[in-house]
Amino acid sequence: MNNSFLRVSIWVYLVIFFLYLLGPLVIMSVTAFNSSAFPRMTPWECLTFQWFGELFQDQRILNGIKNSLIIGAGTVVLSVAMGLAGALMLTQIWPKLRATYYTIIIAPILIPGVVLGISTLVFWDRINRMLGLGADSFLSNGIFLTVIGQSTFIASYCMLVLVARLQRYDVALTEAALDLGATHAQAFRKILLPFMRPAIASAAVLAFLASFENYNTTTFTFGEYPTLTIELAQKVRYGITPAISALAFIIVALTVFFALLNEAKLKRQELVAAARKSATVEELAGKIKLPSFFAGNMAAVLLVVFAVATITVVGTATAYNPGQCIANVKEQKRLEADQRIQELRKQREEQRKKREAEEAEQGGAQQSTPKPSNNSGFGNVFAPNTLGGDAEEESSDTETPPSNNGGFGGVFDPNSLQTDQ
Amino acid sequence: MSAGVGVDLENLWIRFGDFVAVRDANVNINGGDFFSFLGPSGCGKTTILRAVSGFLDPSEGKVLIGGKDMRGIGPNKRPTALIFQNLALFPLMKVWENITFSLEISGASAKERRKRADELLDMIALPDQGDKLPSELSGGQRQRVAIARALCAEPDVLLLDEPLSALDLKLRQHMRTELREIQKRVGITFIYITHDQGEALTMSDSIAVMRAGVIDQIADGKTIYNDPNTAFAASFVGENNVFRGKVKQIMGNEALISTNRSGELVARISSANQGKLKAGDDAMMFIRPEAFAIAADGASGDHFVTARVNHEEFEGNVFNIFTEGDGGKEIKVSLPNLGQSFDDHTGQNITLEYETRNAVLVPAGELAAE
Repeated sequence: MNNSFLRVSIWVYLVIFFLYLLGPLVIMSVTAFNSSAFPRMTPWECLTFQWFGELFQDQRILNGIKNSLIIGAGTVVLSVAMGLAGALMLTQIWPKLRATYYTIIIAPILIPGVVLGISTLVFWDRINRMLGLGADSFLSNGIFLTVIGQSTFIASYCMLVLVARLQRYDVALTEAALDLGATHAQAFRKILLPFMRPAIASAAVLAFLASFENYNTTTFTFGEYPTLTIELAQKVRYGITPAISALAFIIVALTVFFALLNEAKLKRQELVAAARKSATVEELAGKIKLPSFFAGNMAAVLLVVFAVATITVVGTATAYNPGQCIANVKEQKRLEADQRIQELRKQREEQRKKREAEEAEQGGAQQSTPKPSNNSGFGNVFAPNTLGGDAEEESSDTETPPSNNGGFGGVFDPNSLQTDQ
Repeated sequence: MSAGVGVDLENLWIRFGDFVAVRDANVNINGGDFFSFLGPSGCGKTTILRAVSGFLDPSEGKVLIGGKDMRGIGPNKRPTALIFQNLALFPLMKVWENITFSLEISGASAKERRKRADELLDMIALPDQGDKLPSELSGGQRQRVAIARALCAEPDVLLLDEPLSALDLKLRQHMRTELREIQKRVGITFIYITHDQGEALTMSDSIAVMRAGVIDQIADGKTIYNDPNTAFAASFVGENNVFRGKVKQIMGNEALISTNRSGELVARISSANQGKLKAGDDAMMFIRPEAFAIAADGASGDHFVTARVNHEEFEGNVFNIFTEGDGGKEIKVSLPNLGQSFDDHTGQNITLEYETRNAVLVPAGELAAE
């Protein structure tokens, strides 16, 4: 009894936890397929892929992605190289200095990215001036500055990853290679580097992701090369469209894909290793083949399911045309609006009649009453007209500005988007 | 068996800061010999090996390989190959790639390397294991792969740094014979580092006994065991009973010692100390447990020791009696098991007898830690 209660509460907790973690992503992903001009799930209008199309036509986003990729690649190369050098140095340095060295090299992680961004900008600007170069020199190039600025702290992350692996390295292996006639360079390339390869791969992925999502350092250094995060931040200022959701969906999908791919690969290696342990060399030669890729490998199965789903979705997207649906929705909205206008007119008519009746009663004593329905003290908020007005604006570009009582200054209002473009 | 390339150490000093790891070592190792450095851990034997292989520069003195001064020549240019204590097989390479690493460095083709690997795998009795990873082999197999890898480089001198210490007893004994056989077959100089006197005695042509950076004695195993130079060599190699005392009288190669606790005893002066020990010097006399015999009760003289039996134990091949000497010092006696019956002597006094040639006298000095 008590036990089952515990089990239920654990499940409830898990559900809440995963909702909290994944809920926003799921909702954002779903909004990418809704034809509503503002990213939202309800009311569901039409299934559409138009936002993906719009995303790929948005030059600023595309340019941002391109810059992000270039800067990411540069940061990966620089950070992993610096991280590896730093990690190697840590193992070579005089033991008494090691703790101090470690603190210094880790410090950039603790320094706010804003400070790193400003200092990068100021430092290289000084260098640039000292060398007497102009504002268009390489040293003041946005890509260069951003790569350098991001690498100042991403290299420390990389070093942490690499040090963990390097600590498991046996220096005797390098010595053995030297003893067998290898030069230091050969020992590094043939022994140490292969050993470090998995850690280098992890560090590279980490560096790329850290670079891709960085905003606070980049915002000072990007110059004429805004990255994706910068572009997104600037877009939000003018209101967002589901095209952003589409981008988010693509990123989520890619992440899931690569995570599954990696998992499947690891699992496969495990299986192969297990098989090797129990099998002889001759058996192995024929035994492990691709068909058994799926045997006991959940991740691989998921991966294939995922790939099939992607192909289906893309296939549907090219064939599917939501035009009819959108037209229907528009038509429906127009009808609703018409209906409301009708109602409104009717109401006004009634009011007018009422007023006329009153005027007739009072004999024209109060002829100059300006806005008769405005005496409730709530500025018309509760009047049925106001409610109806919102829908009216959506379908037909009306003369009145939006009611603006949302507190966001109309940022999220679809109308402001339309007026901007 | 070729003559091989000799190794000489001349006045070799190695210091780490203030610490002297090796003090004035002078060693001549003949080409084709199996030479062991024997000593407790921390005595500097691995340091010597690293100096020979080139990972360490001597502070003073010279390392000569084949008569050539090796100063300034890196480990990758020396005609030596080192087998590491933990073997240091490359974990990501297959066995055959490990073995032929030196060929890869010299730019041999994969086909050539594979051929050579198969030859060496046959030699170490591991045919068809070339495609495994080192982690898939057993300890003894890894050991042999490490030897094959070193031999593949065709060194003039093979250096072994306690390569058997990680193996279990049975395998260790098996590998001793195997190593010795390999050495005879390839005919190159082996320099072997160990703290296990059994390994050193069974395999070596010559042994250098080291203590705290100093080489006490260089000789073949028999000489070291029977005729040690120093108290350390006597106590480190094999088991030994020590009697401390002063030299009372020198009689040619023998001496009469007034021991602290067992009266006056006669002993043979070890060869290196003949003519050096004088009457009145502090000295130590060593008698092996197996050199004692039980004498008739009441016998006395300068080669009899009386002691009270503390406890006894039966070890199989020998019967051990632990006695307390007159002053409380423990003496171990090992009687060979030849099928005779052993009386229980516990608590009784017995008289032990030895032959003078089995009692070795050296100047008083540091003993090996138990």
